Amino acid sequence: MPRSEDMAITGMPVGKVGVWWFLASEIPVFGGLIASYVVLRLGSGGWSDASSHLNFSLALANTFVLLTSSLTMVLAFAAVEEKKPRRLQANLLLTLLLGLTFLMIKGFEYAGEIGHGFTPGAGIFWSFYYGMTGLHALHVLGGIIVNLVLLVAALRDTLRPNEHRVELAGLYWHFVDIVWIFLFPLLYLT
Amino acid sequence: MKIFSTDHKVIAKQYLSVGLFWAITGGLTAYMIRWQLAYPETEVPGWGFIAPDFYNMLVTMHGTIMVFFVAMPILLAAFGNFLIPLMIGAQDMAFPRLNMLSFWVFALASLVLLSSFFVPGGAASAGWTGYPPLSAKAAYTGVNWGLNLWLLALALEFASFLMGGVNFLTTAINLRAPGMTFFRLPLVVWMQLTAAVIFMLSVGPLIAGAVMLLMDRVVGTTFFLPEGGGQPLLWQHLFWFFGHPEVYVILLPGLGLVLEILPVFSRKPIFGYRAIIYSTIVAGMLSFVVWAHHQFLSGMDPRLAMPFSITTILISVPFALIVFAMIATLWRGSISFSAPMLFALGTLAVFILGGLTGIFNGSAPVDIYLHDTYFIVAHFHYTLFSAVFFAGFAGLYFWFPKMFGRMMNETLGKIHFLLTFIFFNAVFLPMHVVGLRGMMRRIADPTQYAFLQPIQPLNVFITVAAILLLLSQFLFVINFFWSLLAGKRAERNPWQSNTLEWTTLSPPPHDNFERVPVVYRSPYEYSSPESPEDWLPQDRQLSPHTAARS
Repeated sequence: MPRSEDMAITGMPVGKVGVWWFLASEIPVFGGLIASYVVLRLGSGGWSDASSHLNFSLALANTFVLLTSSLTMVLAFAAVEEKKPRRLQANLLLTLLLGLTFLMIKGFEYAGEIGHGFTPGAGIFWSFYYGMTGLHALHVLGGIIVNLVLLVAALRDTLRPNEHRVELAGLYWHFVDIVWIFLFPLLYLT
Repeated sequence: MKIFSTDHKVIAKQYLSVGLFWAITGGLTAYMIRWQLAYPETEVPGWGFIAPDFYNMLVTMHGTIMVFFVAMPILLAAFGNFLIPLMIGAQDMAFPRLNMLSFWVFALASLVLLSSFFVPGGAASAGWTGYPPLSAKAAYTGVNWGLNLWLLALALEFASFLMGGVNFLTTAINLRAPGMTFFRLPLVVWMQLTAAVIFMLSVGPLIAGAVMLLMDRVVGTTFFLPEGGGQPLLWQHLFWFFGHPEVYVILLPGLGLVLEILPVFSRKPIFGYRAIIYSTIVAGMLSFVVWAHHQFLSGMDPRLAMPFSITTILISVPFALIVFAMIATLWRGSISFSAPMLFALGTLAVFILGGLTGIFNGSAPVDIYLHDTYFIVAHFHYTLFSAVFFAGFAGLYFWFPKMFGRMMNETLGKIHFLLTFIFFNAVFLPMHVVGLRGMMRRIADPTQYAFLQPIQPLNVFITVAAILLLLSQFLFVINFFWSLLAGKRAERNPWQSNTLEWTTLSPPPHDNFERVPVVYRSPYEYSSPESPEDWLPQDRQLSPHTAARS
C-alpha cells in the first residue's frame, strides 16, 4: 500500500493543500472582525478622537519589525532550497526574535494606553482596538511557537525529512504579516 | 481498538459514540421542555419542578447540544471520517494525527459543555443563539460561568471542526485512488466537501464574535453593549452569517447519505448526477447571502428585507432540483423497502415539508407574523430532524455492516422507522398550528396567556407524541447493541452496492484495502446492460474495450 504522503495525485504536497485551506478559514475570522469595525465606525462618530490617543510611532516601528521578519522567513526558506543549514538556523532565529520584539513593543504600547486610562472598557473603539490587535498578537505568538519548533528541530538536525515545513510555516507567517498590514492603517491612520 | 487511534474508522466510531451520548442528553432536555409546556405547574416525572430560569437553560442547551454536539459529530465527523477515505480508495485521512487531535479537541469541548451544567448558576440560558445584551452580562441571566464555558465549548468545537475540514478537503483532493476523478466521486463525498468548505468559510466571523462576546463578559469591552457604544445587532449578523450556512453544513451530508441509499434500493443509476453536484455548489454559494432572513424583526434596516427574501427563496431552487432528482431516481425503479431505504424515503418526505414552510419564513411579510413562534420551531425540526435523525438512521442502518461487521435486525429497524415517522409527524405537524395561533418560542408556561389557553389540548397532544417518539428510539438502541454483539456476520457487500467501501472486508482492515483500488466507472451503474448482475462496482473492469470507453 502506498503511504498517504506520497499519494498526491494532484501534484501538490498534502501539507501545502492543508495549510492553504487553513489560511482560507482564517481570512473570515479577521474579515468578520474588520468588517464589524468598519461598519460600526462608518455608522457612528467620535472614533478618530479615540484613535488619536494611539502611539503611532511605536506602531510604525512595529510594522517595520514585522515586515522585516517576513523577509527573514523568506530567507530561511531560500536557505532550505539552497541546502544551507547554518543560514536556515540563523534566519529562523532572526524571525523568531523579530516576532518577540513585535510582541514586546505591542505589550509596551498596551501598558502605556492602559496607564492613560484607555482600558478595553473605555469605549467601543478601544474594544475593537484590543480585540483586533489582541487576536493578531495571539497569531504572532502561534507563529513564534511554530518557528521555535522548527528551529529546535533544525539545531538537532532532525528537520531534514520535514524541511518543506519551513515553507508552510512561512505561508502562515506572511498571512499574519498581511493581517497587520490591514490593521495598521485601519486603527492608526484613520 | 486503541483509544488514541489515528485510524479514521476508529475516530469515526468515537465521534459516533459521543454524538449518540449527546443525542440522549438532548432528548432528555426535549422531554423536560415538552412536559413543562403540557403540564406547567407540575413536577416533571423523574426530575421535579422546573423554574422559569431552568426552563431557559433547557431550551438553550437543547439547541446547542442538538446542533453542535449531535448533528455535527454524527453527520459530518462520524460519517465523513468513515466514508471519505473508504469511498475515494485511500488508506486513511491525509493527516491522521490531526484527525485524532480534532476528535480529542471535540471530546474536550464536550467535557467543557458537560461541566457547565454543574457550575454555580448552572449552564447557559441565553438561548442557543446567545443574543446580547442578554448574553453579554452575567447579571442579565444570573449565569456567569455557565455561559463562559458555553462560549469556550463552542470555540473548541469550531477549532475541532476546522481541523476536520482541512483534513476532509485535503484528503479528497489529494488521496483519491487512480481513476477516481472528481466526477466519479460518490455524491455523499461531494456533499461532505461542500459542507466542509461552507463551514470553514462561514465560521470565522462567529469565532471573532465569540471572542468579542467573551471579552465583553470577562475583560469589560463593549462590543455588544449599547451603553458603551456597542451594537447588539452586530452579534446577530456574526451569528447568522455562520448560523444559516451551518444549516446546510448539516443538511448536505444528510442528503448525501440519502443519495447513496436511494439508487442501491431502487437498483437504478442516480438521476442527474452532475446536476445534483452543480446544485450543491450553487446552494453552498447562496447560503452565504441569506443570513439576515433571521433578522427581519430585529431592528435591521427594513430595506434589507427584500434582497434577503429574494436570496432565501432563490436557495430553494437548487434544493428543489436535488429533491426532484431523488424522486426521479425512484421513478420506475425496483424498490425494496429495507430499513435504510425507509429512513431515506422518510428523510425525503419530511424534508420536503420543511423546505416548503421555509418559503413562508423567508418572505419578510409573512415572517413578520411567524417570527419567533412555534411555526419556526416546527419548520426547523422538519428540516433538521429529517437531516440528522432520518438521514442519520438511514446511514447507520446502511453502513452498520461495514462499520461493525454485523447486520442489524431488519424487522426491528422497520418498526423503528414506522414509529419514528408517525410520532415525529404527530409532534411537529400540530406545532405549525400552535405557532399560527400565536404561541411564542421559549416561554415556560403557555397557559399564562388567555389567548393560548384554547390550544393547550394541542400542546398536551404534542407532548404525549414527543414522549412516544423518544421511547421509540429504544428500539434503535436495543437493535444497535444487540446487533453489535450477536448480529449476523456481514459479508463484503451485503446490499450489492457499487461504491469502493463495499469492495473491502466488513469491517475493513487497518489500511482499508488489500490493494490500491483502481476506478473505472461512476458510482451508480445499477442494472447496467454491460453487467450480468444488476450492479457494477466502481473498480470492476469489464473488458479493455469498455474500460477505454468509460
